[in-house]
Amino acid sequence: MEHLEFEFKGSGNRQVDRQATLVGVVSSGNLEVMLENVDLHGLCRINVSTSAQGFTEIWQAVLNDFAARYDLADLQISINDGGATPAVVCLRLDQAMEEYLEALT
Amino acid sequence: MSDLSGLRRGQSYYEATARSRISGLLDSNSFQELLGPADRLTSPHLEPLGQPCSFNDGIIIGSGKLHGLSVLIASQEGGFMGGAVGEVHGAKLTGLLERAVNEKPAAVLLLLESGGVRLHEANAGLIAISEVIRALLSTRAAGIPVVGLIGGANGCFGGMGIVARCCDTLIINEEGRLGLSGPDVIETTMGVEEFDSNDRALVWRTVGGKHRYLLGEVQHLVEDDIEAFRATAINIIDEVQSPCLEPLERSSELQKLTLESLQQEHLDLSRRLENYGHCQDGTEIWSEMCIDDPEKLPLMDIPRFFKAVENNI
Repeated sequence: MEHLEFEFKGSGNRQVDRQATLVGVVSSGNLEVMLENVDLHGLCRINVSTSAQGFTEIWQAVLNDFAARYDLADLQISINDGGATPAVVCLRLDQAMEEYLEALT
Repeated sequence: MSDLSGLRRGQSYYEATARSRISGLLDSNSFQELLGPADRLTSPHLEPLGQPCSFNDGIIIGSGKLHGLSVLIASQEGGFMGGAVGEVHGAKLTGLLERAVNEKPAAVLLLLESGGVRLHEANAGLIAISEVIRALLSTRAAGIPVVGLIGGANGCFGGMGIVARCCDTLIINEEGRLGLSGPDVIETTMGVEEFDSNDRALVWRTVGGKHRYLLGEVQHLVEDDIEAFRATAINIIDEVQSPCLEPLERSSELQKLTLESLQQEHLDLSRRLENYGHCQDGTEIWSEMCIDDPEKLPLMDIPRFFKAVENNI
C-alpha cells in the first residue's frame, strides 16, 4: 500500500455543513472517491491510498489537471484505489464533482 | 430493426451498486445512512496485507421508509472484495440487527451479495458471521420480520448463504444465486468431474434463483428489476402488518421460529435428500417434481416460468 498526499491552492466557494459525497467502488482497476467540506484555509487536499506502488508522478499529473479544471478550496478528497488507470481516476473525479455540485444547487 | 423498448422498464437489480439498490428500493430521499463513509470505519486487517480498504467496508447500513413504513436496511457491495464479510463489515450488520430490536421498525431488509467470509480476516470474519446470525435470530424473536433480497453478480454464498436462510423470507431474481459452497469452491475441493464451475448453465440450474424457488428455499421469485423487489417487499410487510390478524397468526408469510418448525424443517430436508439425493443436475430434480419439459425451464421468462410450474409448487 502507498499513501500519497497532494495539496492545491484554490479559490472555489466554501461550502460547509453538508454530507460527504462518495462515488465508485474499490475493486480491481477501480477506486472510490470521497469529497468532504473541511476548513483547510483555502486548500484542497487529496489523500490517496493505493495498492499500486510507485505511481506518484502519474497521480501528481492527473490531480494537477483535475485541480486546474475545478479550482477548489476547503475540500478534502479521499481516494481508496485498487489500481485504477489514470483515465478511470479522471472519470471518477469528474463523477464525484458532478454529484457534489449537483447537491449544492 | 428489433424493438427493444419493451425489454426493460426499470433498473436492473443485478447491475446496480449497493447504494443505488437502496435508493431504488426505499421511498425517495428517505434513506439515512448510519456509520457512513465519512466515519471511516474501515477494516484494520487489510492494510497490513497490502489490500486497499473501503470507507464503508463493503456494506451500507441505515434507516429509511418503505411505502411510508420505517425500516432498517443493509446492502452489501459485491464490487468490494466480492461482498465478503470482515470484522467491521459484520459488526455493522450485527449492530443494525441489534438496533432493530430496540427501534422496532416494520422490517429489516438485508440486500445480500457476498461470497461469504473475507479470508483475509480469517477467524474475525467467521466470528462476525456467527454474531450476525445470533443478532438476526434475536431480531426475529422480537417479532421483527427480516427480509433477505438476493440478486447481485456475486450471489450469496458461504456464511452469508447461512444468514440468508435464517431470514424470515427471501426474494430472489433469476440471476440471483444462493448456496453454501460456491461453484468454484466445489470444483476446487471435489474436482471438475464433480462440478464444472465454468458451465454457467449448470451453475444456474443448481444454485440459481429459479431452482432455489422450486426447492422452496426462496419464497419469492421476481424479475431483475429493483421496482419488482420493492413491490414484493412492500407486499410482504403489508401482509405481516395486516391488522385483521392476531400477532401469532400474521406470520403466514413468515417462517415460525419454534422448535417444532425447526424439527419440521429438518424432516423436510432429509426427505429432500431421500427424494433427490441421487440427482446430478437441477433438470433431474425438476423431472422428479413432475414438471413437464424440465430442460425448458431455464430459458423461460418469469411469467412463463410461473405458468409452467404452477401445479408443482
